[in-house]
Amino acid sequence: MILACSAGGFKILFNMLSVLPSNLPIGILVVIHRNARYETNVEESIMAKSHIKVKVAEEKEQIRPGTAYFAPAGYHLLVEPDRSLSLDISEPVNFCRPSIDVTMQSAADIYGPGTLAVLLSGANQDGAQGMRAVQHAAGLCIVQHPEQAEIKTMPEAAIKLGAADLVLNNEELITFSQQLDNYLRGDQSWRN
Amino acid sequence: MSLSFEHLEELIELVNHVHGFDLYGYSRASLKRRVSRIMDLYRLDFPALKDNLINTSGFFNRFLIEITVNVTEMFRDPAFFVALREEVFPYLATFPHIKVWSAGCSTGEEVYSLAILLKKQGLYERSFIYGTDINSKVLEKAKDGIFDLRKMKAYSDNYLQTGSDDSLSEYYTARYDAAAIHHNLRKNILFSIHNLVSDGVFNEFQLITCRNVLIYFNAALQEHVFNLLYESLALFGFLCLGSKEALRSEQLKDRFRLINKKQNIYQKIA
Repeated sequence: MILACSAGGFKILFNMLSVLPSNLPIGILVVIHRNARYETNVEESIMAKSHIKVKVAEEKEQIRPGTAYFAPAGYHLLVEPDRSLSLDISEPVNFCRPSIDVTMQSAADIYGPGTLAVLLSGANQDGAQGMRAVQHAAGLCIVQHPEQAEIKTMPEAAIKLGAADLVLNNEELITFSQQLDNYLRGDQSWRN
Repeated sequence: MSLSFEHLEELIELVNHVHGFDLYGYSRASLKRRVSRIMDLYRLDFPALKDNLINTSGFFNRFLIEITVNVTEMFRDPAFFVALREEVFPYLATFPHIKVWSAGCSTGEEVYSLAILLKKQGLYERSFIYGTDINSKVLEKAKDGIFDLRKMKAYSDNYLQTGSDDSLSEYYTARYDAAAIHHNLRKNILFSIHNLVSDGVFNEFQLITCRNVLIYFNAALQEHVFNLLYESLALFGFLCLGSKEALRSEQLKDRFRLINKKQNIYQKIA
């Protein structure tokens, strides 16, 4: 699963991560736009609240279930065919590095229909192309409802591109996260 | 243009057979992105890409430029240069000669940054910096020592953040939209081709920087390069990796002392 946000999306992302069940059978890649120049301790503050393991992604690290890997500031985060992570410091994409598009495209390449992408609030267009790649790979694309996003540009761009399978409000995003393991077992009860 | 991982393996074989260039140890996810980019750029599908690589003279060089990441800055990661100045240079100052190797130097921004830092500390006159890359085109640009003036603004900002007491503009001359690095900074610098995958040790260094190169290699190739860098270091010489590239080689760990964990600076001790 890729969980991505930019401006205004941090709070809902934090809330989603903190309700994910500890026995989650999948790994999570988290991409947040942030300035490489300033130290942030986002990972630590989430770790304190969450049931799953939270860390900064290290290159050539194997993706493990029940763990959230944050893209380090200033690097793109990619998935290798052997399901390890790799970092890339090539050109920013749409002025973003890490780029949500890059991580989603790379994950869709590897996980295909097993890819699950969630795009939250943000002030630019990053993520829309990535969501489309996930959709082409027959994965599931979830977008935060633009009206509930603090900044709706990013979710709206994905919806406009037709790359949203589901548009969920904040409450539904939380329920979905709480019951993610049910969903992964094919149980659709979270939708009610 | 779509490219599968199977295509990518086929391409790696082809490039090795036709051009003798070894891409086997490159991380696939990044390489796939770069190759897809070339296909988009030149509007080639996979058969046409192969055809060009085999039959079009000069295409391979362009291919090589595009697959390697040539994004660099002067004083990229200012905190790294602070660590270098405060934790490494006092030690380097005790050596009669300081040979520096910037491995994977691309267009030379880091080499000139090192030159400026050495100059500021009064060490430049007994230093010699080698900048190497696999790419002759970027090395030509590095030799020119002329950079886009618009980029200098960000570089000046980086330089300021290293806690310097002067301005970056002391070291270049601005003409129109270009900034030319001063000649007195260039005299102890040599740029040349070197491939970390296939070339060996070519000198013995007191300081090696190899930042954001290893992230593009798989674990086996990283191990090979660690060995090459180790062999290229003088005893008590320093190795600087990118901030996300820790020295993981079990075999070499005991032969290095960690100088700065955050900046991944190591000293060879055995």
